[in-house]
Amino acid sequence: MTAAVRAELARWPASLKVGSASFALIVLTGLFAPWLTAYDPYTQDLANFLQPPSWQHPFGTDQVGRDVFTRVLYGIRIDLQIGFLTTYVPMSYGLLLGALAGYLGGWFDTVLMRLLDVAVAFPFLVLIIVIIAILGPGVHTIYIAVFILAWTMYARLARSEMLVERGKDYVLAARTLGYPTSRVIFRHAMPNVINSSIVFSMADFVLNILLVSGLSFLGLGVEAPLPEWGAMIAEGRDFIFDAWWIATLPGLAIVLTGVSLSLIGDGLAHRLGQRQRSFL
Amino acid sequence: MTTTAPLLNVAGLCIEFRTGDAVVRANADVSFTLTAGRTLGVVGESGSGKSVLCRSLLGLIPSPPGFVTAGSVRFEGGELLGLDEAGLRRVRGTAIAMIFQNPMSGLNPVWPVGDQISEGLRVHRGLASRDARARAVALMQQVGIPSPEKRYDEYPHQWSGGMLQRAMIAMAMACEPRLLLADEPTTALDATIQDQILALLVELQERTGMAMILVSHDMAVIAETSDEVAVMYAGRIVELASTAAVFRAPRHPYTLGLLGSIPRNTGDTRLRPIPGQPPNLVELGPGCSFADRCVFTSAECRVTPAALRPVGPAHLSACLFPERMTAASA
Repeated sequence: MTAAVRAELARWPASLKVGSASFALIVLTGLFAPWLTAYDPYTQDLANFLQPPSWQHPFGTDQVGRDVFTRVLYGIRIDLQIGFLTTYVPMSYGLLLGALAGYLGGWFDTVLMRLLDVAVAFPFLVLIIVIIAILGPGVHTIYIAVFILAWTMYARLARSEMLVERGKDYVLAARTLGYPTSRVIFRHAMPNVINSSIVFSMADFVLNILLVSGLSFLGLGVEAPLPEWGAMIAEGRDFIFDAWWIATLPGLAIVLTGVSLSLIGDGLAHRLGQRQRSFL
Repeated sequence: MTTTAPLLNVAGLCIEFRTGDAVVRANADVSFTLTAGRTLGVVGESGSGKSVLCRSLLGLIPSPPGFVTAGSVRFEGGELLGLDEAGLRRVRGTAIAMIFQNPMSGLNPVWPVGDQISEGLRVHRGLASRDARARAVALMQQVGIPSPEKRYDEYPHQWSGGMLQRAMIAMAMACEPRLLLADEPTTALDATIQDQILALLVELQERTGMAMILVSHDMAVIAETSDEVAVMYAGRIVELASTAAVFRAPRHPYTLGLLGSIPRNTGDTRLRPIPGQPPNLVELGPGCSFADRCVFTSAECRVTPAALRPVGPAHLSACLFPERMTAASA
């Protein structure tokens, strides 16, 4: 088994190796945040506000004396959770619906595609504002809005890939062997359909973190004391000339996470594409 | 059911494809019977309706655009046409199985080959994966895959075309079907591998007693394997007889043309291709559809419908003037 793992690793392009290594580092840092810092992300220390970076506070302190380094570390937990949920929850049912529509066709396909057109045409910010008006601001609002609208790309990808796979001989072979339709779809066609969605999900993950950060920056996202990176940038904006570290360092964290995920996406596209090519 | 009753009885099968306002008659009035343990060779050019015929037996014609407009297909006494999806699934794989032209694309690239061979046993027979694996390894041995235990876990891209066709055959044979449809099983393979695969099919047939429909555009392949031959042209069977009779005394000019197109290694080495192109199935006239390419054609051929009729003992031909050929060859 270890030999198989080593062989697989040898086929990874550099971008995939670098991307997953740095992403793993980010995840681990988030997991072990309490052991990596002596401070609490919420405790204010008004005697030491707006301190520049030092050995005591490597990223400095903010306007109420909280340690920025600690808040950036705890922010990993929040931002990755947001990115994960806003990407993979819509992906799961987007893929399912798109693949079913592509395979079954008929009225199901027609209805789903019209629904999709509506979801694509619907302005995201308007929906968010409507939901905020009903439920008040917060992460949950963003989740609901994203879950309503973000499945469309995956449904479209899965549908178009399924239209191609459906016509291939191995699907026909599975049908001639009398396997149930669900087995043909999920066991045979599906694994060949999801590649492009997995690659796209990496870029989507980054975009979703940026989206939530952006919404938090506008005050539509997470609420005040939560150490979400976008919210931290929004708070630091007022002090950008006197205390650049409050806004800049969470911004760098977003950039680093984004670059890691983009590298993974790029490497995966390469690796999965390679696997398909070697078969043809 | 007595042993002499036919395994498969196709009668008056008509299949149309409707696109826009064009109607293509892909199969017109196709009839034949097949007895257990025998092989029917179906031969014809591309687009003559061979594959459509095979697929229709398993209910695999996409509809729309395809419609079975008439006829019946009785397998072991039961009607296959008009079965719903659940009824068809009970036939597919267990009673009738099918292998395809291109083994490279016939296996799923993401699953190990062995898993795909044992899958039918797990799905249809409810075998536990360990038993199914043992059975699949035995099957792989039977179809001539070397060191099957080791190759069970390999993926399709690690295999050659010939080996994949053996795997496809093993997949199709897993649940011991009584009828195997082989749709151009050797077309995508090298000549030497072709012979091995055909020999394997004949050997498996002798061992299991299944019937086989072998579709090919290659008369040589048919000659090697079939007991009977159905020659198809423009969606119709134009000649139906025992292989010996068809090769010794063809009674349809199209069959004669096909035989003249076989490359030979002796004497007159020049090939004699059939002139012209197959007709457009949308614009068929009232007469014989081969009339335009036929060397024996006369004015009557273009207006009189040519139906399949007996021209000798157990020998059917759709030619209006089969005697013209005997005169020519004499």
